[in-house]
Amino acid sequence: MLGEGIIKGMAETARNFIGSYSDPERLVTVQYPEEHIPAKQNARNFPFLVFDVEDPVAGLRCVACKICEKECPPQCIYIVMDRDDKGKPCKHPKVFDIDVSVCMSCQICVEVCPFDAIKMDTEFELSETNRYGGLLLTKDRLSKSNEYYHKIHSVEAAEVDARLADEKAKAEEKVKAKLAAAATAKAAAQAAKPVAG
Amino acid sequence: MGNPVDQIFVILKHWLLSFCPEGYVPIASILLSVIPIMAVFGGLFALTTILERKGLGRIQNRYGPNRVGPCGLFQPIADGVKMLTKEDIVPRAADQVIHFLAPFALIGPVYIAYSVLPVGRNMAALDLDAGLLFFFAVGAGSELAIFMGGWSSRNKYSLLGAMRAVAQMISYEVPLILSSVPVIMLAGSLSPTAIVDAQGGHSHGLMQWHLFTPWGIAGFFLFMIAASAEANRTPFDIPEGESEIIAGYMVEYSGFKFALFFLGEYLGLFAICGLGITLFLGGWHSPFVFLEWIPSYFWFFGKLMAMIFVFIWLRGTLPRLRMDQLMGFGWKFMLPMTLLNILVAAIWHLSKTWLFPGVYLTRWALCLGILCAAYVWLGRSLAGNRSVGKRVYRFAD
Repeated sequence: MLGEGIIKGMAETARNFIGSYSDPERLVTVQYPEEHIPAKQNARNFPFLVFDVEDPVAGLRCVACKICEKECPPQCIYIVMDRDDKGKPCKHPKVFDIDVSVCMSCQICVEVCPFDAIKMDTEFELSETNRYGGLLLTKDRLSKSNEYYHKIHSVEAAEVDARLADEKAKAEEKVKAKLAAAATAKAAAQAAKPVAG
Repeated sequence: MGNPVDQIFVILKHWLLSFCPEGYVPIASILLSVIPIMAVFGGLFALTTILERKGLGRIQNRYGPNRVGPCGLFQPIADGVKMLTKEDIVPRAADQVIHFLAPFALIGPVYIAYSVLPVGRNMAALDLDAGLLFFFAVGAGSELAIFMGGWSSRNKYSLLGAMRAVAQMISYEVPLILSSVPVIMLAGSLSPTAIVDAQGGHSHGLMQWHLFTPWGIAGFFLFMIAASAEANRTPFDIPEGESEIIAGYMVEYSGFKFALFFLGEYLGLFAICGLGITLFLGGWHSPFVFLEWIPSYFWFFGKLMAMIFVFIWLRGTLPRLRMDQLMGFGWKFMLPMTLLNILVAAIWHLSKTWLFPGVYLTRWALCLGILCAAYVWLGRSLAGNRSVGKRVYRFAD
């Protein structure tokens, strides 16, 4: 009959109207500045630099190899390698800037980094009153601890840590093996000497 | 004069006038009637914007605005400041003068229409004998204002929107007036005050509102449908259909002129709700005799808020009609029903003299039967043989 659908629709909206007062579960709104949605594992926006241990300067994983700087499609990364008094490179960035107003969050820097030194951050409350200086993140703002990385991307960080530990163990083994080989060679040489002499 | 609490505003006005020098009394009297109307209905507009946004939010399981002030109640003030400080852009190709005048031409007639509405006992600013006629005549002025706005913007969307608006408002003006004809017939007067007085009697504790008669029920619903079309409210808001023509005749308006259009639209809604209350819901009368002690203006504004709530509810429920559906509904359904309702009102009135046991029920059954039969028959024949079944897709499956 004519008008039947209107009655049904009005009943439905009335149910919603009353229900939203009696049952707060219905309200899907998250009241943002006070409440936050729990962060997702895969969330990402801008890169940050990971440092180990306590020291954000010495503990920085970055070795200023500039691979990310070269790969970055919008070229928002700027790196200057640190040098000591004699001009010898220090394997440490003196300057590491990311202009997040240019960054397009492609994660390519993260993919190419051989040292797991640069990772994607989830922080999005980045509004600034100065649009040039404010959005140019310098090394001290970019450096964040490994614990922070664990906090925002726990699964990924655990994987990276396991891999790094594995690599470290392998490297140590290699060094040990090398040392052992050198020692045995030395011993052999020393053993052979008196015979020849 | 009656109850002093009920008459407080009337007494206050006379008291203030007693301080006025002799020659200025007429103009002071006019000002003392006009300023409260402008202030009260302007304030009601501010209240309605926040209630509407909150109500729609709740209907859609959201909070609605709740940031400005307690529970977001100061939101209208924030909106007002925003509208006032916005840049007022006038298109270069626009007809500057008419573009400027249109919002004021919309507000003016709507405010004038309020002057004949009795918002309480002895509280009509202008007690005209032909008040109803005056109301409809002035109300028709808003069509002109809307077309002024749409045409002067020199924008195809505004022109289309204005043409839709004018077509719709003129089409629905016919059922609007025809649905109020039975009231005029039975009250025997065109004066809103007299119409309210005609609903003042009571039997068995229940007031004799026109709503409590078969032709009154049908008339009220027909009137409200036509009123929502007149006020450009959903489901008849095609003049400003966002999905098709952005905002219709308001496309090229910004800043405070846009706010004025908005204000005009809401004021038009209140005015027509007020007329509906006057015609069918007993004006400022209470529904039951034992509630008569509550001041009359409370009843009027209470009924007005209830009607506004129904309109918000409808807006949250119904989608927009298509242009042809709207016109078809107006001419093929509303018009015959209103004409039939006039006939039913006549039967109701003439059968008053019948005398046999159970006459009251017989009259009710007869009148309601005619109306229901026509409703069902018209509804069926308009729907045609269309049946809404499960949708079949040719390629997607």
